[in-house]
Amino acid sequence: MSSASETLMSSTAGKPETTAMALLRRRNSWRAYEIVLWLIAFAMIFAMPSKALILTEITIVALFAVSLDLILGYAGIVSLGHTAFFGLGAYAAGLFAKHYFAEPVTGLLVAGIASGVLGFVTSFLVLRGSDLTRLMTTLGIGLMLAELANQMAWLTGGADGLSGVIIGPILGQFEFDLWGRTGYIYSLVTLFILTWAARRLVNSPFGLSLKAIKTNPVRASMVAIPSRHRIVAVYTIAAVYAGIAGALLTQTTSFVSPDVLAFHRSADVLLVLVLGGVGYLYGGIIGAILFTLLRDWLSVITPQYWMFWIGFVLIVIVMIGRENLARWHTFLPEPLRRAMTRIANWRPGAKIGGSR
Amino acid sequence: MTVALETRNLVKRFGGFLATNDVSLSVRQGARHALIGPNGAGKTTLINLLTGVLKPNSGQIILGGEDITALPAHRRVRKGLARTFQINQLFGEFTPLESVVLAINEREKIGGLAWAPLVAHTKVVEEAAALLQRFGLADVMGERTVVLPYGKQRLLEIALAIASKPRVLLLDEPAAGVPEEERHEVLAIVRDLPADVTVILIEHDMDLVFSFADRISVLVAGALFTEGSVSEISADPRVKAIYLGEDA
Repeated sequence: MSSASETLMSSTAGKPETTAMALLRRRNSWRAYEIVLWLIAFAMIFAMPSKALILTEITIVALFAVSLDLILGYAGIVSLGHTAFFGLGAYAAGLFAKHYFAEPVTGLLVAGIASGVLGFVTSFLVLRGSDLTRLMTTLGIGLMLAELANQMAWLTGGADGLSGVIIGPILGQFEFDLWGRTGYIYSLVTLFILTWAARRLVNSPFGLSLKAIKTNPVRASMVAIPSRHRIVAVYTIAAVYAGIAGALLTQTTSFVSPDVLAFHRSADVLLVLVLGGVGYLYGGIIGAILFTLLRDWLSVITPQYWMFWIGFVLIVIVMIGRENLARWHTFLPEPLRRAMTRIANWRPGAKIGGSR
Repeated sequence: MTVALETRNLVKRFGGFLATNDVSLSVRQGARHALIGPNGAGKTTLINLLTGVLKPNSGQIILGGEDITALPAHRRVRKGLARTFQINQLFGEFTPLESVVLAINEREKIGGLAWAPLVAHTKVVEEAAALLQRFGLADVMGERTVVLPYGKQRLLEIALAIASKPRVLLLDEPAAGVPEEERHEVLAIVRDLPADVTVILIEHDMDLVFSFADRISVLVAGALFTEGSVSEISADPRVKAIYLGEDA
């Protein structure tokens, strides 16, 4: 940001409020990598129609990770049980479609509300204590929900899963096809809309206050931020997001199994965020792409040992350090680095930024 | 005389240690009130009690006639009690602009709005820019806070408190650690604080205390030892013995 502001200073040297407005406008304008990412994602509909299933999987993991980033990257709350919301959303969407109404967008809303309610209620548990307490509390909630789904076989189908879920056409118009193309478009549009909303959220006064709570909770309270309210709010919103991600999984696979609540999902989504980077929303999306492709590739070349290599990669990342990985480009030769910085800092004209 | 801030029989224990011992303090509105005392006298504990970082074991804190003893820290700030920290408590990765905007947002109770971007709240941005200008931070408003020189960070520390538009401002050693050549900037800001803002200054630097304060309270071993005007305190041989003598 510092280099950006320097160039800005020189061009608009003058009234401080003009500079301030320009700086803040730049702050939330769309970056080049965002636009490129979305263009590629939408181009994939046509470029790789045969890969729709794995693309859908990436999209769902990405939304789940964006959800976790809202609480981890912005409010600084670590969770080992985030799949509780994912799983509840998945079951809610499945049960709703099976027993009430098969239209999927309505199902997404129902799942989001169900998970949001659970998020709101459990948020009061994560308000207390340190990171370790939070890890254990969230882990506990996740395990409890998994066991409930397992035992309430009359409702959930137990270990066999919930079958007979038939999803109707989206908005009564678009049928899901066998190859998963509709599913990918549907998931991608959902991810795009929700990421766009999350982007607004993190760039708003609310988002700024979350980062403040994460960076320096003592000072945050001394500028009158009601930290508890803000944490409850963002935890609830993140739960809604996770629930919608779970619902997408149900709707694109027409099936729900207790696996949606399995501990490994909570761990995977943390891993995804570590891979992609925390605290800028796109870490979840980039991490989901890396993680899913890596897992897919490893499970093909070493079907028996792919978990071993995932573990290995995780250790390498942690040992090298996220900071070093995040600034990998600083190890590049100077000209290449400068070119990259220019690309990364390039934004479309202020007009687009201004309307955001 | 209107009382801006008052404590009644305030007590704080840490285990067996009495950090604040029955402190009853009254600060007049618009005062420049200094709180001095040797190291370990409980000055910072007292500040932490006043601002709600710590809860007292007994006693009351009254801000503008209202009992705020039970209020959490952020509610006290909303009621008009702001502070600065002895060691900078800033948002390192924020820019000064973002930090000040944050504080103004919360004061204006729009900090919970989650849709419109920061730039849409034009009045806030204008006020933030004006405040940064006043504090000599306008030319660095877009830099990350951690890369600023210490003196600038110190100014931001005070600017953040002022952004809350406090009625009572607690300054915990505002010039501590500031290099000599940046010091005058910080002192000028402290001197030019609005007259209607009640200022409580905690300070080791006696020159600053005597030039700035109109009233001085001396804290020793957690208890209020004596209180008086600048001339009374500077002439008090007991204060010299326990405090000034130590420094000189």
